[in-house]
Amino acid sequence: MELQTIQTVAPPKGEALRKRELSRKLALPDEILLRVEKPARYIGGEFNSVKKDKSQVRIRFAMCFPDVYEIGMSHLGIQILYDMFNQREDTWCERVYSPWVDLDKLMREEKLPLFALESQDPIKEFDFLGITLQYEMCYTNILQILDLAGIPLRAADRTEEDPIVLAGGPCTYNPEPIADFFDFFYLGEGETVYGEILDLYLKNKEEGGSRRDFLMMVAAVPGMYVPSLYEVSYHEDGTLASFTPVHPAAAPVIRKQVEGNLSDTYYPEKPLVPYMRVTQDRVVLEIQRGCIRGCRFCQAGMVYRPIREREVEWLKKMAKKMLKATGQEEITLSSLSSSDYSGLKELVYYLIDEFGKKGVNISLPSLRIDAFALDVMSKVQDVKKSSLTFAPEGGSQRIRDVINKGLSEEEILHGAAEAFRGGWNKVKLYFMLGLPTETEEDIEGIAVLSNQIAAEYYKLPKEMRQGKVGIIASTSFFVPKPFTPFQWVRMCLPEEFKEKRRFLSGKMKEQRNAKSIKYNWHEAEMTMIEGVLARGDRRLSAVIEQVYRAGCIYDAWSEYFRYDVWLKALADHGLSLEFYTARERDRDELLPWDFIDVGVRRDFLWQEYERSKEGTVTPNCRETCAGCGARVFGGGVCYEG
Amino acid sequence: MKVRMRFSKAGTMKFIGHLDVMRYFQKAFRRAELDMLYSQGYSPHPLLSFAQPLGVGLTSDGEYLDLQLASSASSSEMIARINQVMAPELQIESFVRLPDTSKASMALVAAADYRISRKDGYEEEQIERFSDCLKELFFRPEIRIVKQTKKGESELDLRPFLYQAAITEEEYHSWPGQAVRLRPRVADEYENGQSLYLRLAAGSEVNIKPELVMEALFRMLGRSYQPFAWQLHRLELYAREEGGFVSLEKLGEEIE
Repeated sequence: MELQTIQTVAPPKGEALRKRELSRKLALPDEILLRVEKPARYIGGEFNSVKKDKSQVRIRFAMCFPDVYEIGMSHLGIQILYDMFNQREDTWCERVYSPWVDLDKLMREEKLPLFALESQDPIKEFDFLGITLQYEMCYTNILQILDLAGIPLRAADRTEEDPIVLAGGPCTYNPEPIADFFDFFYLGEGETVYGEILDLYLKNKEEGGSRRDFLMMVAAVPGMYVPSLYEVSYHEDGTLASFTPVHPAAAPVIRKQVEGNLSDTYYPEKPLVPYMRVTQDRVVLEIQRGCIRGCRFCQAGMVYRPIREREVEWLKKMAKKMLKATGQEEITLSSLSSSDYSGLKELVYYLIDEFGKKGVNISLPSLRIDAFALDVMSKVQDVKKSSLTFAPEGGSQRIRDVINKGLSEEEILHGAAEAFRGGWNKVKLYFMLGLPTETEEDIEGIAVLSNQIAAEYYKLPKEMRQGKVGIIASTSFFVPKPFTPFQWVRMCLPEEFKEKRRFLSGKMKEQRNAKSIKYNWHEAEMTMIEGVLARGDRRLSAVIEQVYRAGCIYDAWSEYFRYDVWLKALADHGLSLEFYTARERDRDELLPWDFIDVGVRRDFLWQEYERSKEGTVTPNCRETCAGCGARVFGGGVCYEG
Repeated sequence: MKVRMRFSKAGTMKFIGHLDVMRYFQKAFRRAELDMLYSQGYSPHPLLSFAQPLGVGLTSDGEYLDLQLASSASSSEMIARINQVMAPELQIESFVRLPDTSKASMALVAAADYRISRKDGYEEEQIERFSDCLKELFFRPEIRIVKQTKKGESELDLRPFLYQAAITEEEYHSWPGQAVRLRPRVADEYENGQSLYLRLAAGSEVNIKPELVMEALFRMLGRSYQPFAWQLHRLELYAREEGGFVSLEKLGEEIE
């Protein structure tokens, strides 16, 4: 070792200062972060994340997606609202996601409070905690978030010291099972009245008003549902007897919020760029909202009516800005049915010409397979590696008519044949089991159709084939959802689902091309609980709380889902799985979500249900207006042409 | 043209793993609109490679990447342009043009310098005999350790791969092959002031993690090494040259 001494240069003062400023303080110490899987989930600081001086803002809003970071970061809605809130100078909106199970355990052991990613400050210090609800199976994670944050689980137990806890997102179209946990629900699209709510919050604060005063003010804003202002009673058979406001500020019927002009509204020009790989690791361009198709099982297709397109020129401009601001290598178009977007060709060819040469991938989900789609796909994908996706949902034409899925066998086979000629040899198919009126022939149809697609491949002359064909057919179990024509129907029980699945497995094996077909299925048990929560009522809040107290979180992840705990909690509260799922509702039964007005009328849904039983197809919105009721919003497809 | 950049990784960035750092730079270079050259094929990717992965938990002043560009402005302009679209804790520190015949940094790495600092709030008093033990360790003819591998345990003599050791910054500065810059720019500083410096074999053939030396040192001290109590910081990466080491950035030239 050389022990020679040289003169040390003292660090310049400015440098030392800079060093201190640039190091962000984290809520979790190294020994926690280095012990958990993927610590990048908890450090924030992503490129384009927003940092503000907390002494200079008046409102601190924590925006939460109650699932793990990689899933939560992939959600467009949060990015839109994050950008919108942060445009206000008086507001700093930050993000929070569910700590993964490893960190969850450590936070409880070490009594570390849940924090927001940007400031790393405890959530408890915030004015608002907004939680987006995208799927029912995240409900125990809501309680995990509240609990780790140190906020009472039930709205009734919260004090002036606690943040206002609210929710938005598709699950709020039946908010009743989680009504006890939220101060209020925002029903509908976020672009419209959040500004008004924040203004009211400040006004109430200035006037020295209480939490309850603020909630009264919120209740008067269209689209806002404050569950504590309503009383519910039940018949002896467990069905709803009444649902009544108990305060003059609370409206008996609440209409969802709709953004009228999607080409003149908030959209994040500088989306966040996560450090770690997330599920949706690309720029997302929402081309339209809503759907013209009217599939009878699809809640999104009803509650986002009317379909509203964004202008092509606006989308081009946004694509360019977002790619520049993020450096992402991929852009994806988002909508329920991209093929129905009127400017699709122009937009897609623009993206290919403008960004394809710069190495940007273009991904096009939810595209109907036709000549245009195949041309585009051959330009943007490696045909050998990619697969085609069809979602016939039902195996026979009869059942596809029942669910109003306008996709014929001919279209599927023709599309597949074209694709095989274009060099593809992998196909993914999505079906549902347990649809209303389903027979054995309908189920067998899934196997037959899968086989026919494989057969199309072998019709090609040998020199045109690229090896073997691979078909992956997947089935999920049908869950009736609120605000669909099937909101009244009986859902199957696990044994029925399993029998259907066994029957289909058998039929798959009988097919001539059985070796080319791989059959995947979902678990029946998780689907049952999803069914309970989807059409449940307020009594389920206590059930969810018991399940959470028993240690359940991440129910959407099959490795953490515990069916027995759910069944026990239902039984302990005198409730049953069968009541919520395997029960056909009468036309006149008061449904827990009937107080919400989504534009689409209840009698239209019933009429659609009747038509489904006859197998009568209803044309899409662009063919003929079916008079669903969404016209009340004064825009979109209802006023085209 | 081939260019080489040295970058620093500070503070919270120590939690970002190597694969994510690679992805990060691809995006950052696109944001900076660098005139990159791409590989051929269906999913073209920039011709970008990294010298040596840095483990999660370590910070660094001496990370390197090589990139192929179709055109470039001056080094200082390029550094400014890239850093503008980078996180403050992940910054480009130098930018040099490499001779066309130069080997990739990945193939050149032969040694790395580390500074290892005791974090505040872990052990109350200064560790006795710390400096003496380090000296003793360095002058031993062999340092036998047991290394955990995928197949179980294997024995290794660390001594041939421990090139330098020092307690003070002054001593560290006296090591041969030092880059011009004299002190760590982004390393976390602690009030207790206890640290040590190591130069260890690095690269694809033999790569010695500083933790292994720390474990051996603590065994001599009769204590157990607590990994969370020490912050490991990489200072520099070197290529082997006749008679010694040269830092990777010295193999290229600044673009005026």
